[in-house]
Amino acid sequence: MSSSLLRTTPLLRAGLRARAAKPLAAMATTSFTRGKATLPDLPYDYGALEPYISGQIMELHHSKHHQTYVNGFNAAVEALAEAEAKGDSKAAAFQAPLLNFHGGGHVNHSLFWENLAPNGKGGGGEPEGKLLTAINQDFGSFENLKKQTNAALAGIQGSGWAWIVKDKASGNLTLVTRANQDPVTGNFEPLLGIDAWEHAYYLQYQNRKAEYFSAIWDVINWGTVSKRFGQ
Amino acid sequence: MAVRVILLTALSLLPLGCYSSSPDPSKPEFASVKIQEPLTDSFEPTMSIGTFSLPALPYAYEALEPSISEEIMKLHHSKHHQAYVTNLNNALKTYSTAITANDVPSQIALQAAIKFNGGGHINHSLFWKNLAPSSSTDANPASAPTLTAEIDKTWGSLDGFKEAMGKALLGLQGSGWGWLVKDGNTLRIVTTKDQDPVVGGEVPILGIDMWEHAYYLQYHNGKAAYVENIWKVINWATAEERFKGDREDAFKILKAAL
Repeated sequence: MSSSLLRTTPLLRAGLRARAAKPLAAMATTSFTRGKATLPDLPYDYGALEPYISGQIMELHHSKHHQTYVNGFNAAVEALAEAEAKGDSKAAAFQAPLLNFHGGGHVNHSLFWENLAPNGKGGGGEPEGKLLTAINQDFGSFENLKKQTNAALAGIQGSGWAWIVKDKASGNLTLVTRANQDPVTGNFEPLLGIDAWEHAYYLQYQNRKAEYFSAIWDVINWGTVSKRFGQ
Repeated sequence: MAVRVILLTALSLLPLGCYSSSPDPSKPEFASVKIQEPLTDSFEPTMSIGTFSLPALPYAYEALEPSISEEIMKLHHSKHHQAYVTNLNNALKTYSTAITANDVPSQIALQAAIKFNGGGHINHSLFWKNLAPSSSTDANPASAPTLTAEIDKTWGSLDGFKEAMGKALLGLQGSGWGWLVKDGNTLRIVTTKDQDPVVGGEVPILGIDMWEHAYYLQYHNGKAAYVENIWKVINWATAEERFKGDREDAFKILKAAL
C-alpha cells in the first residue's frame, strides 16, 4: 500500500504546483510516467476473509472497484497536466472533483486492505498496548469503540466510510465519517477505515448491513492500526 | 388534532410543492395559528392515519426480468423502501414530540433523518411507477407522444436523451438518482445525491435509481449495463402523464401511501 501511495504523492504534488521554472510538457510527461498510480496487491487471498467477507466481494472490490478508482485517478491527473500545459485553468479546475473522488477512492481502499487480515492470522481479536490504552481513554472501552463505530456506519446516508483517526495535534483518537470517497485529510491521521459502500457487503449481506458491520471486527488487523497510531 | 397538525408541520420540511396547504414556517405565528385551523379536506383522510405505508408495486417482482432481477426488486421494495417508510414514520413521531415539547434543537437534529427517509420514500414511490414490464405497451416510447416530441426538441432524438441521461447517471459520485424533470416548459436532466428528492418547483418525470442496491446483485460493478438495460422497462405512459400534469399530480402517489 505505502509504496503505491508514495508513488502517487509526488505526482499529485507535481500536478498541483505551479510549473513556471521548467518546460511544462516535458516535466508533465516525465512525472506522469514515473508517478502513475497502480493497484496495490492484496496482502492476502480473496477468499482469506471468509466467512466474514466473501471471496467474490473481495475480488470484485479489489480487482474492479479499486482498479476503476486507480484508472480514474490516473486519467484525472493526466487531464490536469494537459490542462496546465495549455494554461487552461477552467479545464484544470474541472478535474478537482474527479481527483477527489478517484484519488480518495484509491487512497481509502489502499488503507482499507491493510486494515484487514484473515481471522486468527492477524485479523480479529483486540487491540493491545498503547493503542488499547488510548482507546480506553478516548472511547471508554474497546466495546464502546465498536458500538460507536457501528452506529456511525449505520448512520451514513448514502455511500461513505467511517474512520478511527488520530488528531495530530492532541494525539487523541476520534471517530469520523466521510461521504462517498472523500479522504480523511487535514488534522486527522486515518488509522482504521471501514467501507460502508453497498458494494463492500451487498452480495453477502444485502440490506442487512448491520450484520456486515458486526462481522468485520473479526477481520480487523489491529497490528496495522497500532503501527499507524505509532507504537 | 394537535398531532395531525404537528405531522403536517414536519412534512412541510420536505421540499415538496405538493402540500398546498403547508404552513409557512417563516411566519412566527404559524404554530399557534395552524393548531386552531381545521385541516383541509384533502388532508383529512390521509393525515388521520398519520403514518406512511409501503405502496404496492404495480407489477410482480419478476415482471421486469431480465432487465432487473426478481431478487433485486424484492429486496429493493420490501426491504429498502420499507426501511425508508419505517424510519420516516419514526422520525416524524419523534419530531411531533419535539414540537410539543418546544424542543428546537431536537427538531433541527431530526431534519436530516426526515429529509433522507422522506426522500427515500418519495423517490422510490415515483421510481416504481416509472417502470413497466418490457412486453407492455407502457414500455413503448410511443406511449409518450407529447413527451418524446419535447425530448426530440431538447436532445435531438430519444437516443440523444438516453445518451445524455446515461452520462449523468454514470457520472454520479456515490449513491444518488438521475431525473428527467420539467422546469416550467423546459425539460432538464438533474442528479440528486443519496435520497435527496427533486427540490424546487420541478416536476419529476422519470427517475433512475443509481444506488448500488438497485443493480449490484445482477450487474456488480457493471453499472453501465444496468443503465443500458433499464431503458427496456421504462414506463413511458407514466412519464407522459407526469409531463402533462403538474407537480401535485406527480406526487399524488405519496398521499395515497399515507
